[in-house]
Amino acid sequence: MPGELTHSLWVATLETLYMTSVATVLVVLAGLPLGVLLVLTDRGGLWERPALHRVLGTLVNVGRSVPFIILMVAIVPLTRLLVGTTIGTTAAIVPLVVAAIPFMGRVVEQGLREVDSGLVEAAIAMGSTHRRVIFRVLIPEALPSLVRGTALVVISLLGYSAMAGAVGGGGLGDLAVKYGYMRFRTDVMLGCLAVLLALVQLVQWLGDGVASRFDHTSPHSGRAHD
Amino acid sequence: MIELRGISKVYRQGGREVSALQDVSLRVDPGEVFGVLGQSGAGKSTLIRCVNLLERPTQGRVRVNGKELLSLNPDELRLARQGIGMIFQHFNLFSSQTVAANVAYPLEVAGLPREQIRARVAELLSLVGLSDKADTYPSRLSGGQKQRVGIARALAPRPRILLSDEATSSLDPETTRSVLALLRDLNRQLGLTILLITHQMEVVKAICDSVAVLEQGRLVEQGKVVELLSRPGSHLHGLCYPPFTTGESAVLRGGQRVELSLSGEHSTRPILSTLARRFDVDAHLLEGSLERVGEARVGRLLFELTGAPDAVSQALAFLREQGLTSEEAAHAW
Ligand SMILES: Nc1ncnc2c1ncn2[C@@H]1O[C@H](COP(=O)(O)OP(=O)(O)OP(=O)(O)O)[C@@H](O)[C@H]1O
Ligand SMILES: [Mg+2]
Repeated sequence: MPGELTHSLWVATLETLYMTSVATVLVVLAGLPLGVLLVLTDRGGLWERPALHRVLGTLVNVGRSVPFIILMVAIVPLTRLLVGTTIGTTAAIVPLVVAAIPFMGRVVEQGLREVDSGLVEAAIAMGSTHRRVIFRVLIPEALPSLVRGTALVVISLLGYSAMAGAVGGGGLGDLAVKYGYMRFRTDVMLGCLAVLLALVQLVQWLGDGVASRFDHTSPHSGRAHD
Repeated sequence: MIELRGISKVYRQGGREVSALQDVSLRVDPGEVFGVLGQSGAGKSTLIRCVNLLERPTQGRVRVNGKELLSLNPDELRLARQGIGMIFQHFNLFSSQTVAANVAYPLEVAGLPREQIRARVAELLSLVGLSDKADTYPSRLSGGQKQRVGIARALAPRPRILLSDEATSSLDPETTRSVLALLRDLNRQLGLTILLITHQMEVVKAICDSVAVLEQGRLVEQGKVVELLSRPGSHLHGLCYPPFTTGESAVLRGGQRVELSLSGEHSTRPILSTLARRFDVDAHLLEGSLERVGEARVGRLLFELTGAPDAVSQALAFLREQGLTSEEAAHAW
């Protein structure tokens, strides 16, 4: 690969990292409260609101069932409103975030549901407020699975970002399509794939590592403290 | 200290109604260890969860520490709960937090300053003998150690009442004994009032002053453990002493089968040797037990009396006179 193309690959990698990391931060910020709300409002939850729960659940399901390509096109007006343009890496972040929030919401919901209800009960019996139950019990207890779930979301954001790039958003997907597909530069295509693969591996490895560091549920897991 | 009046609880499950408690009333006095004994599904957990309103009764009144819990607003209820400790069958320790952090939790809820929390946690861990485990995670502890942490956590904000939902049911007999001994000590040293539920008679005999027997959501009996155990015919007596396994046909000497229940002063008198000396009869032991329950000793004996027919009937009359055997189980064959 000539130097110029290596440089392009480097720039595309940075663009992908930019899209994915900004999107990840926004997705976590929105997905965490969404997941918490899904658990709280459910029947038997701390803040039972069946109607709200149904509405949220339906929105999440709709969000998750729309293919990313279609979603990207459908929310063009929203993207233009927020970013002022619909092409470029920053514009691509909008559909990425919209697509991944429902996914993150479910990940958080599932993680929180795995927390032993006995722990919540113990916390309530000790006179905890709901806020304390959420932040001092539910989230810390679910942390390992929240971290693993977030890694999963980041990996799918990497995939989506490649797709978003391919329709003018920049990043590795864009590069792969421009050179690898339209100009038959197989080496560029393979380069893009290799970088994506490495990123996916890295995220998975980080996720597993961090999660098991927080995991103290079995005698042999977690960081030794004694 | 704790007073339940006419508590009923109906669970609704998909159109079906399950009545878990029906018109249960009980009263636990300050400083008392009160046991609720019942089989699986009798409603024991439901009952104890009504005491701190983890479960809201469908009907009835709950008075704890002088407060009518059902009329408190959420903030007041949270405050009231800080004065009621609770321990659980499966410990319910926070797995993501160290032992010290678990014990500190209710103190944070109570809003204590950090230095006071640290001091109190150290004090509690030494009280339950786990000072060296402060920075360990619960998953690395044995069941008995976990329950000790549970006890330390429950007692951290100095509650005057401890609720125990089958706290020893998942422990082995040896560990059960040590945890019960700890509860007994806490009861005596701190004047802690304990309401515990259990399906194990051993637990009732080991530490309870009073007991209530729960059957299918209803209380069928309530009273002092020693009194109920010394009264043949009580539910507790029936549960503690199932019929003797020595069948009637096992009596082979052609003598007289006699059942004695022993309690109070009788339990310390030399009854069998008295019989032998005064009436010239022999007592052949078949089955029986005598054990300590609290400060008292209670038990029962099954034996066979042999000797001259006159002597045997005189001996029987003596036993009846002494109130040792009221039963007509003592019949001849
Ligand atoms: N949340 C609930 N919803 C519906 N039914 C319930 C609920 N909790 C308890 N029950 C029912 O109420 C009855 C009493 O249950 P409870 O848990 O109080 O019994 P228990 O005496 O504690 O039994 P165990 O010794 O098995 O713990 C049972 O028939 C049970 O199925
Ligand atoms: Mg139970």
